[in-house]
Amino acid sequence: MTAQDDQNEARKGWMSLLAKSPAQRLADLTGEITDWPGFEWLRPPEVGGVMVRGRTGGTGAPFNLGEMTVTRCALRLATGEVGHGYVQGRDKAHAERAALIDAMMQTERAEELRRAVLDPLETQLQAAKASRAARAAATKVDFFTMVRGED
Amino acid sequence: MRDDTLSGGFANPSVDAAHAFRAALSALSRPGHMETLAGAHAPAPVSPAAAALLLTLCDAETPIYLAPSHDTPAIRDWIAFHTGAPITPPETAHFALGRWPDLPGLEDFPTGTADYPDRSTTIIVELDRLTAEGARLTGPGIETEAHLSLPAIAPFRANRALFPLGLDFYFTCGASLAGLPRSTNVEDA
Repeated sequence: MTAQDDQNEARKGWMSLLAKSPAQRLADLTGEITDWPGFEWLRPPEVGGVMVRGRTGGTGAPFNLGEMTVTRCALRLATGEVGHGYVQGRDKAHAERAALIDAMMQTERAEELRRAVLDPLETQLQAAKASRAARAAATKVDFFTMVRGED
Repeated sequence: MRDDTLSGGFANPSVDAAHAFRAALSALSRPGHMETLAGAHAPAPVSPAAAALLLTLCDAETPIYLAPSHDTPAIRDWIAFHTGAPITPPETAHFALGRWPDLPGLEDFPTGTADYPDRSTTIIVELDRLTAEGARLTGPGIETEAHLSLPAIAPFRANRALFPLGLDFYFTCGASLAGLPRSTNVEDA
């Protein structure tokens, strides 16, 4: 795997995290950061729909699951880094925060942001996922056949 | 290069696109009439007027053909980021962009079908000079006659003969825009 691939993987990771983050939670976490860098819009926030596609059983033929609302934007920091934000819902400030963090994760402030924003977000999303999985697991029914002893 | 390809969109997309659409509509409904269209910047050699047309008219469902003069990675990236339109050969293009000498023969582009005459290509021709003099235009949208510095005469006469099928043209030069729909008669001045 090349360094470029590594970078892309890492960026995919935090963009995915930001896209799925609850708007309020991200706003709270970033509220403590006051020294945001200046930026210019490449694409001001805009609301649109995307078609979510799924595969039956995760591997079967693709089908359209439904449309969801997405807000996206792109911006460029004064230092030249470009950030893209794609978030669920129609909160434009949310998309702006996601794009800013994406851009700043490419600067030397990446570590600070990872500690202040991304790690707490990740922990929370993991916890939510685990608790939902646990709730689902509690209702799981295991089908098995008793030895009927007919012979 | 990255700088070029990501910047240059409309500053205020909904309002600017509405103005640009109005200009595009006026240009085509009043052949030979000059419109001014600015506010968008694509990588060279795309003119501001052509860039604004692309931003206004193109999206993911309108394949674009780029003539060799305009087929650069920077322009492809710019179109992909700002409009999402796919790049395609002439036979399947909804729009085409290029300088006149670099465009393929007009017979390569779809001219629509009898059932759907709208399924034809709209060609954006970049010119070095665009003025209201030269070839004489008559027909719908022109009260008596209009003049436009067309790069040729014969291809546009042949295109007129296909009516109601045929191609529609935009001519751009800097921030100037003029239109030539398939319904216009073109003659030597």
